[in-house]
Amino acid sequence: MSMPFYVSPEQVMKDRADYARKGIARGRSLVALECTEGIVMVAQNQSRTLYKISEVYDRIAFAGVGKYNEFQMLKIGGVRLADMKGFQYSREDVTANSLANAYAQTLGQVFTNEMKPYEVEILVAQVGATPEEPNELFHILYDGTLMDESDYTVLGGDAERIGDALENTFRPGLTLAEAIQIGAKSLADEGVTLGADQLEVAALERGRPRRAFRRVTGDELLGILS
Amino acid sequence: MNETPLLPIFSEGTDPGPSFLNLLRRVAPDSLQMPQGIPGQTLPFELAHGTTVLAIRCEGGVVMAGDRRATSGNSIANRRIEKLFAADEYSGVAIAGTAGLAIEMVRLFQVQLEHYEKIEGAALSLEGKANQLSQMVRANLPAAMQGLVVVPLFAGFDKRRDRGRVFSYDAVGGKYEEADFSANGSGAVHARNWIKASWSEGISADDAISISIRSLFAAADEDTATGGPDLVRGIYPLVAVINSEGFKFLDEADVAARSQLLLDGPERGGSA
Repeated sequence: MSMPFYVSPEQVMKDRADYARKGIARGRSLVALECTEGIVMVAQNQSRTLYKISEVYDRIAFAGVGKYNEFQMLKIGGVRLADMKGFQYSREDVTANSLANAYAQTLGQVFTNEMKPYEVEILVAQVGATPEEPNELFHILYDGTLMDESDYTVLGGDAERIGDALENTFRPGLTLAEAIQIGAKSLADEGVTLGADQLEVAALERGRPRRAFRRVTGDELLGILS
Repeated sequence: MNETPLLPIFSEGTDPGPSFLNLLRRVAPDSLQMPQGIPGQTLPFELAHGTTVLAIRCEGGVVMAGDRRATSGNSIANRRIEKLFAADEYSGVAIAGTAGLAIEMVRLFQVQLEHYEKIEGAALSLEGKANQLSQMVRANLPAAMQGLVVVPLFAGFDKRRDRGRVFSYDAVGGKYEEADFSANGSGAVHARNWIKASWSEGISADDAISISIRSLFAAADEDTATGGPDLVRGIYPLVAVINSEGFKFLDEADVAARSQLLLDGPERGGSA
């Protein structure tokens, strides 16, 4: 019988983190920006059917980058949790905060207990019901690290470069169209312009009745980007 | 199920899929508990019952309406009860029968439709929605055996066929598509007769709204469990139009004005 080699916990965690980061870096990035109408999410995504951004609840959206099947599973888990909570308590009791905590718990547990960590980075966004009520952007990493961000947030392997670009272009009080333009520009590499067919755009709009989530597609997106 | 404490994630074979009902059965069966008792034995107390609701197909969609009364035996249990609900963006559900169970069924139905849409990324077809409701009514059968019957009326705009459709149900969950209109509840016979006399193919939504208000009045006129427009308290039927633009309740002021028109109509001089 052979004895397993001793590996220090530091090394195990570092290996797992490297593994997850590499997986995430292989995919395209995603940005979310606050605007006057609410929150805009822009992702580089060629597919018209496999979404990175989804509706979770009345004023809450989910976005993920990295491995599609993993963040898709997390999205479904979030929808389930939100719908159950809304049904058993009330619609008002479903908050991005508790959802983000559940995600952090789950990702943290998988990171430490399972063979393989999730190769994902996710965002839980909630638009305020009124302009006075602040929006919430929860950015959650593959190991369960939970960050509460404001103005804008970047998910994915290329976050540093995109974050630098946004730091120069973002300002409070952007309109929905401006936020989409800035977001699309920040995602593109030097000298490249991303077209409507390479982007997935969705928004949480405060002014919509009950369900704030909507996708920005087709002619509307073409018009904004041109 | 793995041991993640908060997020419901399932292993293969136990996944409830896009059904919210299946999810609740798996993780919170208590919240679905239906009244269990001895079949055939009725309850020793009276419960609130909803009465007359109707749906009328019209040009480009459907009009749905319901009176506002709930009765408990001979008493009025509620004067302002709402028996007509938006099921989702393009469909509505109206209920007759045991109010407590019916309202809970509608709540579950609404979540079921939205849950499916969010998980699958596309809404169910109108037929699919109607079948879902059928299953829920059937699940209520043990309660129905004790007299706690819930019979919904479902109608919506079918985007694929570009027209309104109406479905009625029976206590065992039988689903029947109605060609033109349907009414349900204790005053339904009177309402249906009135609709039958005034309906014709291709009537406008506006005409269908007028017919729905007049037929509810006719039902209230003959059936004590159906509430007519209450001009003293300002309580009027709920009316909604469902068309390609979605489900929309009529403003109360609009329904009030249309109800006032009855004052000058043939009903006024009626002595029967």
